[in-house]
Amino acid sequence: MSSAIIQIRHLRKSYRTGKVSVDALRGVNLEVPEGEFLSIVGPSGSGKSTLFHIVGGLTPPSAGEVIVAGRNVSAVGDAGRTELRREKVSFVFQKFNLLPNLTARDNIRTALYIAGLPTAPFADDLNSVLELLGIAGRLDHKPSEMSGGEQQRVAIARALSTRPAILLADEPTGNLDTANSLAVLTLLRDLNQRLGQTILMITHNTEAAEYGHRIVHMRDGQIAETSTPEQR
Amino acid sequence: MIVKLVWENVRHKPARTLLSILLIAVPVTLILTIVGLSNGFIDDSRKRQAGVGADILFKPPNGSVISFSSVTMPDKIVALLANEPHVVQAMGTVVNSAGGFDIISGIDAVAFDKMSGGFTFDEGHTFAGPNDILLDSWYAEQRHVHAGGKVTISGHDWHVAGIVQPGKLSHMFVPMTTLQDMVGAPGHVSQVFLKLDNPKNTPEVVAYLKAKYEGYPAMSMADLQALLSVDNYPFVKPFIRIIMGISVIIGFAVVSLSMYMAVLQRTREIGILKSLGARKRFVLGTILAEAFCLGLGGTIFGILLSYASRYAIHAVMPASLPQAIVYSWWPIAGAIAMGAALLGALYPGMMAVRQDPIEALAYE
Repeated sequence: MSSAIIQIRHLRKSYRTGKVSVDALRGVNLEVPEGEFLSIVGPSGSGKSTLFHIVGGLTPPSAGEVIVAGRNVSAVGDAGRTELRREKVSFVFQKFNLLPNLTARDNIRTALYIAGLPTAPFADDLNSVLELLGIAGRLDHKPSEMSGGEQQRVAIARALSTRPAILLADEPTGNLDTANSLAVLTLLRDLNQRLGQTILMITHNTEAAEYGHRIVHMRDGQIAETSTPEQR
Repeated sequence: MIVKLVWENVRHKPARTLLSILLIAVPVTLILTIVGLSNGFIDDSRKRQAGVGADILFKPPNGSVISFSSVTMPDKIVALLANEPHVVQAMGTVVNSAGGFDIISGIDAVAFDKMSGGFTFDEGHTFAGPNDILLDSWYAEQRHVHAGGKVTISGHDWHVAGIVQPGKLSHMFVPMTTLQDMVGAPGHVSQVFLKLDNPKNTPEVVAYLKAKYEGYPAMSMADLQALLSVDNYPFVKPFIRIIMGISVIIGFAVVSLSMYMAVLQRTREIGILKSLGARKRFVLGTILAEAFCLGLGGTIFGILLSYASRYAIHAVMPASLPQAIVYSWWPIAGAIAMGAALLGALYPGMMAVRQDPIEALAYE
């Protein structure tokens, strides 16, 4: 692991719900070194999803500084955050979020097209990832023709196809059975180890969290504790 | 990739796609049918005028050469005109409305045969009595009558003496004196056709008649043919413009509604595209590209439907409502449909662009 690829200082985020202001994040400080597999755990409302969305450029912070892969997320507007998503981060979601009308291949090609990368043929390293994920033979199937585990592998392949600096995984095993959950978590750890891919995963599942190098525990919009799997 | 994405979206909801295309096709068909009817009616008129075989048309004072004439000229003028230089034959006719767009012509059968070369009879024969009528085959088909049958036109019961080939002056002919009596203008005619010794003398004779019979419009049949166009009928253009306006509104509303529904249905997909880093113009581009496809499909289908409308109208009213296929209006109708479709997609497109990615991804 080397220098911090994510630097978060005094991060605050408030939402307005009607006339009420809700503080989702209350001064979060965090550094994630390049190549780390970081798990963030916490109960509902702890602020882990909000942190995830800010790091991924899906929503702006209210205060504080967030630097992701050299981009100051707190200082850019909507276009800057879109650029961050296009060039530096990729998402894997609980509900897979594949485009339902397109085949697995076209889902991946769409991500490549949006990132301004060649859409065909796939690069050698992408083909290697597809082999590693075990979906090379399923590329011409649509999401509705695949199992949940296969869909999540396609989502991971799509996320990695643009060679992101950071892979953001939001409850990636939340919709999978035990066997597929294990397979996906093992794959994420393999990708981290083999490719040095930085991964930030949020989960409520402590067993899943132990696949990371480090576990950040969040509570009431703050980091309550940081641990390693060995300490648990 | 946009093409693929749009194509899969269009293909994924075939019922919505087909319904949108059908609804966009309706105004296209409406425009092409109205324009086709206007042109067809005037083309038919032009052909029938040419079928008379005259060189000059002479009308009563204060009348337009291309408008419907009242029966106001004493028929003595026919004899006067027949004696003018270069005129070899003058033939007066009486014109009266037969309801709707239909015109009934009162003719002197002998004079008409001499000038036009005579009718070609499909059935029956020429007038044998004052209540005889000749119908061209289109009008006979429209009224489902044959020679020997009866037909009521302008409140008068006629005996169908013959069915003739179309293309000469009118769709229905009756003895001139009978029609003069019917309209209460015995001894009067609506217009006079002149045949000259040589068509080359037409400009000279027209100039002479205008000078001598001041106030009486006279025009060469060639000039009349040129005048018989949609552009010269003052009521046609505004009518077509109104239809075009209605078409734009229909096209706009249909596509707007369709794309609004599509954007709602694809909220999550738009969120996915945004999470992948899609720019606003990419998201808007996919929506507009889809609207373009619907507009194009609607245009093509609308053109095909205009053939169907021509077939249907011809089957019901072949004589009264001839519909032409006006190719030059295809791109105009298409542009109107496409413009309305793109305009209609703009608001839903902007709605998609403004969508919050987190809310969109959470959309069920």
